[in-house]
Amino acid sequence: MNIQAETTPERGGQPEAFSAAVPADRLQAVAAGRDVPAEVHPEVREVTPVLEIDRFNLWYGGKQALHGITMPIPHNKVTALIGPSGCGKSTLLRSVNRLNDLVQSARITGDMRLNGDSIYDPRMDVIELRKRMGMVFQKPNPFPMSIYENVVYALRIDGENNRAVLDEVCELSLRGAALWDEVKDRLHESAIGLSGGQQQRLCIARAIAAEPEVLLLDEPCSALDPIATGKVEELIQELRGRYSVLIVTHNMQQASRTSDYTAFMYLGRLIEYGSTSGIFTKPILRETEAYVTGRFG
Amino acid sequence: MSSDTKHRPRRMRSSYSSLTAHGEPWVWLTGGALALAIMMITGLLAFIAFRGASTFWPVPLELVELADGGRALGEVSERERAEAATAKTAGRGSRRLVRTANFEVSGHHYQWFDDTAIVRASRPEWATVVERLEGGRFHGFPLRLLHGDEVIAVGPEETWKAFEREHPVVRRRWREAMRIDRHERGLLQRQLRAARLAVVQARLDGGPAVAGSGAVSAGQKAATAAEQEVIARVGRQSAEMDARTGRLRNENEGWGLEVETADGIKKVIPLEGIVRACQPNRLSLAGKFGVYGSRWREFVGDDPREANSAGGVFPAIWGTVAMTLIMALLVAPFGVLAALYLREYASPGAVTTAVRIAINNLAGVPSIVYGAFGLGFFCYALGGGIDELFFRASLVADNQPTFGTGGLLWASLTLALLTLPVVIVATEEALSAVPNSMREGSYACGAGKWQTIRRIVLPRALPGIMTGLILAMARGAGEVAPLMLVGVKKLALDLPIDGTFPFVHPEREFMHLAYLIYDVGFQSPNSQAAKPMVFTITFLLVTIIALLNVAAIWIRSRLKRRYVAQQF
Repeated sequence: MNIQAETTPERGGQPEAFSAAVPADRLQAVAAGRDVPAEVHPEVREVTPVLEIDRFNLWYGGKQALHGITMPIPHNKVTALIGPSGCGKSTLLRSVNRLNDLVQSARITGDMRLNGDSIYDPRMDVIELRKRMGMVFQKPNPFPMSIYENVVYALRIDGENNRAVLDEVCELSLRGAALWDEVKDRLHESAIGLSGGQQQRLCIARAIAAEPEVLLLDEPCSALDPIATGKVEELIQELRGRYSVLIVTHNMQQASRTSDYTAFMYLGRLIEYGSTSGIFTKPILRETEAYVTGRFG
Repeated sequence: MSSDTKHRPRRMRSSYSSLTAHGEPWVWLTGGALALAIMMITGLLAFIAFRGASTFWPVPLELVELADGGRALGEVSERERAEAATAKTAGRGSRRLVRTANFEVSGHHYQWFDDTAIVRASRPEWATVVERLEGGRFHGFPLRLLHGDEVIAVGPEETWKAFEREHPVVRRRWREAMRIDRHERGLLQRQLRAARLAVVQARLDGGPAVAGSGAVSAGQKAATAAEQEVIARVGRQSAEMDARTGRLRNENEGWGLEVETADGIKKVIPLEGIVRACQPNRLSLAGKFGVYGSRWREFVGDDPREANSAGGVFPAIWGTVAMTLIMALLVAPFGVLAALYLREYASPGAVTTAVRIAINNLAGVPSIVYGAFGLGFFCYALGGGIDELFFRASLVADNQPTFGTGGLLWASLTLALLTLPVVIVATEEALSAVPNSMREGSYACGAGKWQTIRRIVLPRALPGIMTGLILAMARGAGEVAPLMLVGVKKLALDLPIDGTFPFVHPEREFMHLAYLIYDVGFQSPNSQAAKPMVFTITFLLVTIIALLNVAAIWIRSRLKRRYVAQQF
């Protein structure tokens, strides 16, 4: 198999997974740099999208990280992005709220639309755009301030100083993130004293405090122990139906448990996208089946 | 394994390779280096602390009787084994250095005595140390207490009792007279000068045409009238002060302590010129502590006298602390803003790197260069400009610069410049230690760049910034060379903050402990007596810097607890 060497020099890890038992012709085509159309299940075409990703390409310097991604993200549903490391899931997520703008060498073509507004329109105010989204990162990143101030941070920077409003948002968000009962007696203590799982739920509370149109979760459980992971997953279940959630995960069980729709990505391309039950039980492609059943990846 | 090694007996590891493998020598080497460094530092500090703290302890007076009939009374301050060649008698003699004082009688402050020439050494009960305002110490035995022609007490015991009764009263009157002379009269002088300068200013405001034609403007008239009024008022108040100080001086007149030296010379010392007198050979331990405490109080709280070699160092303490704090206040915002731009806004590239290297190199520039720059730029250029604009009157009338010469403000600015690289480098490091995930989290919440910096990055970096500031303060407080050029003086009793309008006088020259060490140690006419003072001043300076640092570290640890995560 000489494909391994010529395709992914810096990610030597994955191609080893191509064993003779795995149906990998489409993945090999992708690895060889050929365009492969994504398999999109019919039920996806009927959703009301909150976010539309439209022929989106992204380069870091000379290296293309995303190849022509086109996918609708359904309104008030949980959509999971799965795929092996380095497939561009996180890059796609960070493109949605334009955090990639911070990377000097990043360059894009194509567009995304949030409720019809073009995200990459030059007239779009990035700061206003980010206020319409919430994001939770891989590692909990509570700010160096009190729990209360962490939650109302987005409102504070908006200039909201009305105590009653802040108090209400704080309680609602913490309840929404299933953290209220644990911290209600120490709201004004440093957020840094919380446990890892609590910190991550605090980050979720911070993300939903500003009533975002989309909630972006970037492997929110990868730094947590199983019990904290369970709590966060439970929380995502509760958020379903109230928020449109886009979650990146490495954990197949997590994707199947928490999401309504699942997209499988490989080497910067969307391979297959459908309802979670569809992807996990009757995927169109053998490659997808191989990945979700753990035979490669 | 090849076949030929198979039969060779297993080689025992030599003790040398075993040692290097286990790294024992390196542990010893590195640990030894640390131990040596710690020993040297603690040794130095202990030496300074011991010598500095023991300066004021009352030492017994020894009466030395010599074979040739000479007698001397003094504190033994040093003993050494004299070399055979210099000893008068053959063999290995030893000698002692005695602080005999009584400079105006004997012409010496200190004298060496060979032990072989000494017949008898004793510690007489009534031997007295008299610390005088002028002329240094006087050692002798109290004879009589005099008030004009009247003899109040005779004999050591009676005299001492009377002295202890009368001395505080006389000193109180003297202090009051000094306060009036120094403080109140100084105030009047300043008012006079202000009024005089106002007249000059009014003439300058009138413009050259008016000045040339001899015509007098309304403003000039008003100023002249005001000056006349001030002169009259100052005259009245001055006469009243004369009366008050005259009365006080009259009451002190004639009080004197007659003392007999060891070799029989009698001398009357005016009571108001005696700062303190004690009889160390009679003192109990509590009494010794009393004298010790009183000397420390004078040292910390009073003005210097006798070319800084006696008295206190209060103006220098004040100047050191004020200069260090002002420097910290100036350098902190300046350095933090510069580092913020370098780290957060400037795009990384050749220029940023060059600037960073240049800043690091600035830290290596000799401090006297900063002093020269401060003198040229701050004092002459900036200060001269300020004088031209706002203080022309003083320049024209007295040919005296206000800001155009060294002063507290310029010294603080010069040292701020000197310590700027330290603060910039430390702040940059602190900023780069703030995890990027926090910045991203903030941006993701819709915060702008400045909001992120102000609310997330700066609080988190604050302890690191404080570390830089602590280093800067420690460096700045101990710096002397640049200060000599930009405002530190041998004697400057007018503090930069006092009761006269506008209360803060950043243009005034000031005293500094580090400079005082140099001045007392190497410029003093009486270097033997000044030596212990050098240790005491050093001890004080080290203590003050330590206290400033402890305060800063305390603030930092509080900030740390608030802002920096404990890693889990």
